[in-house]
Amino acid sequence: MAKREIPEVNAGSMADIAFLLLIFFLVTTTMDTDTGIARLLPPIQEAQQDDAPPIKERNVFSVLVNSQNQLLVEGRPMRMEELTEATKEFIENPLRLETMPEMKPTEVEFFGLVDVTKGVISLQNDRGTEFQTYLMVQNELQRAYSELRQDLAKRKFRKDYKDLSDAEQSAIREIYAQRISEAEPKNIGGGAK
Amino acid sequence: MAKFRKNKKGGQPAINTASLPDIVFMLLFFFMVSTTMKEVDLKVTVRAAEATELEKLEKKELVTFIYVGVPTKSFQGLFGDEPRVQLNDQFASVPDIQSYIVQARDAMKEADQPKMTTSIKADRECPMGIITDIKQALRKASALKINYSAAPKAEMVK
Repeated sequence: MAKREIPEVNAGSMADIAFLLLIFFLVTTTMDTDTGIARLLPPIQEAQQDDAPPIKERNVFSVLVNSQNQLLVEGRPMRMEELTEATKEFIENPLRLETMPEMKPTEVEFFGLVDVTKGVISLQNDRGTEFQTYLMVQNELQRAYSELRQDLAKRKFRKDYKDLSDAEQSAIREIYAQRISEAEPKNIGGGAK
Repeated sequence: MAKFRKNKKGGQPAINTASLPDIVFMLLFFFMVSTTMKEVDLKVTVRAAEATELEKLEKKELVTFIYVGVPTKSFQGLFGDEPRVQLNDQFASVPDIQSYIVQARDAMKEADQPKMTTSIKADRECPMGIITDIKQALRKASALKINYSAAPKAEMVK
């Protein structure tokens, strides 16, 4: 047998390949962070409170969603794309209309005396409403608030809302406080399973 | 071809790095295994709903998941094709949620318990009826911080 010397395979680059794979997995596994729309549920009330003052009709922005995924906002049908604008108009009441919510002058840090809306958004959905539609409504309402907050932050502080300090953010949140109330489940518009 | 001359004299001998790939591979396998282990086997189909105003779920250990959707093909014979709730690795009914939440909360550190978040991962075509029932159950279990799981939407329809 001829004695031949087998050259040794250079394994130096093996480490590089393995490192590459390792980094790839590290990055891809941490990338899929869960995202979603955060909401706070109201605590359950044992006894019905009847002594709570009734909210005036003009202060309620009613959003109804039926089982056909159609919207009824303030008694008239609306497309999803219009919801954000309508919500913003309701919260701001720029023309101080009689039909729109009352504005209550409130003392807020950084801003002094400002008009804060007394409006409440009331959201009601049918049991047959699709989850995607419900989420979209929540999304549009949230978007209305975010856009208003962003606008105010730009006007007052000339900065993005997310770049503001905690105190400034909470001042803006006080002016545009998120008040979305969800009615107890009900069958509206029929067609529920 | 250039010829390299071996510099025998002087300098230290090179450290043998042949075992480095083994070490790195070991790390690699560790990460691969440990990251897939935590995934729950989904027994219901969950096609993520889409939204734009998303918030990240910050700390995984504070989050409890509830999956809602139609059972997958292999489970439809047993569980039907109505949307069902999945907690951990098994099908459950809505009244089970309360004890599930209490259990999950007890497993947490006391300081973390008020920060507990429940993430509802529901199929996008799931009717709201079952989700409303879940919400009521969560209210009863006083797990009030919830998160509707959704994927980012690429283009907003204007």
